[in-house]
This record gives sequence, C-alpha cells and structure tokens, in this order.
Amino acid sequence: MSTVDDSQHIMRQIAARVSIPFIQLFGLYVIAHGEAGPGGGFQGGVILGASVILYILAFGIDDGAKRIHQWKSDVLNSVGLLVFAGIGLLCLIQGGNYLQYNALIAGNPKLASHLGIIGIEFGIGVTVAAIMITLFFETARRDVK
Amino acid sequence: MIIDLIILTMLVVCAIGAVRMKDLLSSIILLTVYSLLMAVIWVRLNAVDVAFTEAAVGAGITTVLLIAALSRTRRGEPMSAAKSSDRFSPTLSLVVVLVTGAVLMWGTIDMPHFGDPNAPANLHVAPYYIENSYKETAVHNFVTAVLAAYRGYDTLGEVTVIFTAGMGVILLLRRANRRS
Repeated sequence: MSTVDDSQHIMRQIAARVSIPFIQLFGLYVIAHGEAGPGGGFQGGVILGASVILYILAFGIDDGAKRIHQWKSDVLNSVGLLVFAGIGLLCLIQGGNYLQYNALIAGNPKLASHLGIIGIEFGIGVTVAAIMITLFFETARRDVK
Repeated sequence: MIIDLIILTMLVVCAIGAVRMKDLLSSIILLTVYSLLMAVIWVRLNAVDVAFTEAAVGAGITTVLLIAALSRTRRGEPMSAAKSSDRFSPTLSLVVVLVTGAVLMWGTIDMPHFGDPNAPANLHVAPYYIENSYKETAVHNFVTAVLAAYRGYDTLGEVTVIFTAGMGVILLLRRANRRS
C-alpha cells in the first residue's frame, strides 16, 4: 500500500466515499424488496458486506478495524441467525407452527406474514454480511500484527 | 439462440482458461468472468433470483475473498504441481470426462423441453404455489414465498450452514493469525 502515491490514494478514497452509501442503500433495498422482486436476504447481505469490504480496501485495514470492532462483527454473525430462529419461536409462542408467519399477530395474518418474512430476510442479511466482513478481515489481517 | 451459443462457448473457454492458467490471479479473474456469464445465462432462463445470487456471490464476493486468500500464499503455481500431475495419465482423465459428459448428454434426451408446461416439475407443486402463495403468505414474488415460508426450514438450515462454515474458517484463521 505504501507504494501508492498520495493522489491515487485520494482518488480511491473519494470513489469509495461516493459509492459506498449507494451500495449500502441498494443492499437494504434488495433485502427489503425481496418479497416483491428478485433478491432477498442472501443477495442483499452480500451487497452490504461488499460495501464494507470496499471501505477496507480504500481506507486500509486499520481504519476499517476502527470503524467495525471485532466484537461487533462477531456478535452480528450470530444475531442474524438468532433473529431468524427467534421469529420461528415467536410463531410457536403465538400458537402456530415453527416459522408459520401468519400466526405471528393474532387476527391479522397478512401483516403478520409480511413482517415475519421481512424479519427473517433481515436476519439472513445480517448474518451473511457479518460473515463476509469477518472472513475478509481475518484473511487480509495477516500483515498487520 | 445464437447469443446463447456464444455465451456457452465463452463459458467453456473461461472454464478451460481458469484451469490451464499458471498465474492464480488470472485464474480468479477468469472464474469471475465465468460467474458473470453464468448470471447472464440464468437471466436468459428467466431465473432472475438465481442470476442475482450468482452475480453477487459468484462474481462479487468470491473474487474478493479468493484474492484476499491469494495474498496469504504464492501467486504462481508451484513447480512441484506439474510433477504430481504426471502421476495421472491425462488420456485416462480425458476418457473419463468425455464418457461422463456423453452419458449426461444422453440423459438429457428424454428430458422435457425447457419451459414445457406439461413437464413433471411444472405439474407437481408449482401450480399450487402460483395459485396460493399470495393468499397464504401475502408475498408477491413466489420465489421468496417458497424460500421464506414453504421452505423456511431449508432456508434456516442454509443460514446455519453459512454461519457454521464461516465461523469455522474465521476461528481457524484467527488461530493462525495469533501464531504468526
């Protein structure tokens, strides 16, 4: 990285700074819009993860580690999965079968299955994004001790 | 039709190139091109959800992770690799590949045509999903309805697999990082 001169550095960082918000917005859109068009938690999660990886590539791994502490991505790894499984359990508590979303809110099965499916999509997205980010961190970290 | 043939030919060229390349970075980039072409093929087959996944995972994140992995090893193929491949006769491998390919091609002969409404796959649960998925799940895209609701267990299992596999690799790398 030290061989890159300053102007190239700035170009890279500005390009990343301009595109990252749009990439993240698109990722969220893909997750939330999965029920109406192509996409969903997996794809959106990968896009969200890619936006953070782009940040690390542009600003260096130290800056990236400052933005996303290791414990945060470690927690997020499992939070997504727990959200998914938790929604399933909530359905059980509400008297339905496991992952039967329309039992989530008594009396309003349509809204319930909407919320349930958006909930699990976000769960998937969070786990996928966090795993991708942590994997990249761990693979790229070796040079920084 | 012609465009499909062109894309498929390019796919084969990319696959062979990725295997034959001595420089691993070029192999990775050829694999990315392969995934992107594959995504185009999925779109041509009207499987947009699969195409999206292929483009995001295959062409996007896999490339980054493979290049990151490459930074931990050597970029060129080691010379000993050429010697170890001498142990296996290339003609034998070629025969095995050709025979397997021919059998697979032969197997497709009595398969129903693409998009045939009377194909068994289109008569089983597909009509049920098309008619009832909106009523039962209130989701417009029935790919999502199948993934999230009808096959919810499968998807939960997939996420668990991603989580477990990811955690396994992360913990191994973390230990290796701590040692170095």
